[in-house]
Amino acid sequence: MSVYFIKPKKHIDKMASNNYYDPADLRKFGKITEWSEELGTKFFDYYGKVFEEGALTAREKALIALAVAHTEQCPYCIDAYTKDTLQRGVTKEQMMEAIHVGAAIKSGATLVHGTMMMNKVNKLEM
Amino acid sequence: MSVTKTKKSLHKRHDDLAQANKQLEILSGGIFADGELPTFAKKIKETGQFPLRPKKLEILQINVGYMCNQVCEHCHVDAGPDRKEIMTWETMEQCLEVIKNTGAHTLDLTGGAPEMNPHFRRFVEEASKAGIKDFIVRSNLTIIRANKKYHDLPEFFKKHNVHVVSSMPHWTRGKTDKQRGEGVFDKSIKALQELNAVGYGMPDSDLRLDLVYNPNGAYLPSDQAGMEKDFKKALMEDFGIQFHNLFAITNLPIARFLDYLIASENYEDYMYQLVEAYNPAAVANVMCTNTISISWDGWLYDCDFNQMLDLKVNSKVKHISEYNEDLLNDRNIIISQHCYGCTAGAGSSCQGTVA
Repeated sequence: MSVYFIKPKKHIDKMASNNYYDPADLRKFGKITEWSEELGTKFFDYYGKVFEEGALTAREKALIALAVAHTEQCPYCIDAYTKDTLQRGVTKEQMMEAIHVGAAIKSGATLVHGTMMMNKVNKLEM
Repeated sequence: MSVTKTKKSLHKRHDDLAQANKQLEILSGGIFADGELPTFAKKIKETGQFPLRPKKLEILQINVGYMCNQVCEHCHVDAGPDRKEIMTWETMEQCLEVIKNTGAHTLDLTGGAPEMNPHFRRFVEEASKAGIKDFIVRSNLTIIRANKKYHDLPEFFKKHNVHVVSSMPHWTRGKTDKQRGEGVFDKSIKALQELNAVGYGMPDSDLRLDLVYNPNGAYLPSDQAGMEKDFKKALMEDFGIQFHNLFAITNLPIARFLDYLIASENYEDYMYQLVEAYNPAAVANVMCTNTISISWDGWLYDCDFNQMLDLKVNSKVKHISEYNEDLLNDRNIIISQHCYGCTAGAGSSCQGTVA
């Protein structure tokens, strides 16, 4: 590559005009404390504590977070926990398996409600 | 985003980024020039650590040449088989004089692949007589398997009680080969087994074998102790390999890693990550405060990274031929935005984390 052009980005503190989601907003997550310091601080203290090494390793927790990020379909969380799991040496295969676990539960959760439908049909039909 | 892989150095390709001034221009421009992110100088001023000054000299790091048998994607040296910069015996003799009289307790040979310097063995033999407490050779492992003439390196290292520090980006073949080249993983495993066979890396052995982990992309390393546990478990279970410690090293935005960051459009996000992870405690122990880096042609630098950016020490003494430890220790360390790489999170140095 002979020419390098680093596009200057201006991250203005308002919602990006054309998108609900802006990757730069993830960096502003910490700023939510500015509009409610007590609750925001309590949340981040709790959040930090949850992800500390405990009965589960920090890496196991990161993989759970990655799977949940997908079932919640949260772009910020997917961005953050893809990076976090990579940092912890997790392989692509492990990451994809974790997402399949989430997907299986999500689809299973849909399908298991089929029993409700079956119950109702059985009740209604002669 | 994957980028086109090449087997040539930036120098060989006559790429703009082979020039130190172009790299420094990028590191000082864009998001740092328009104030979106604070410069490193501004940041350490905020925490009262400017100017950065050396502490007691502990490590002499000598880069004996940029030639290497590998062309790793992340290499801050831009090393490769096409690099011809090699330390001469004359410069090595000047280094030996310094080694005999230094107050440093560690001698750290690096490259390129230091073993490819034609005077490497003679230099190690002479340097090992100087009584330095810790004598490190940074070996890329594959060199041991690269050619028959290198096969006896494990025995040679053992004979001179060399502390071997080797790069191993991951315990899986896929991740390792992606960063370091096809076939590197298998050769590295074989080389580690050979080092183990002569006693390196064994739990009670004095023959030190440490591994270096650096991330395989635009993200920072995480917890060094946790990674060490994972590496030990996987390498033992899969290959019966043992080693002592794992050093987790952050990739600095220099040379080929900078090229990768820009080409993959990760540069700005990576610099954000580094700045956001800034840790003043890491600044206090950053490598340049206890190290002098010597280049293949005898110039003196605050660290190997400043060497690659051609930022010579800010001292009257700039060359090994006029080496004076007292004068050198009385200097301000030269900094730029790449320094954020050594102060992120738990910090990063050639000896792993620092905070």
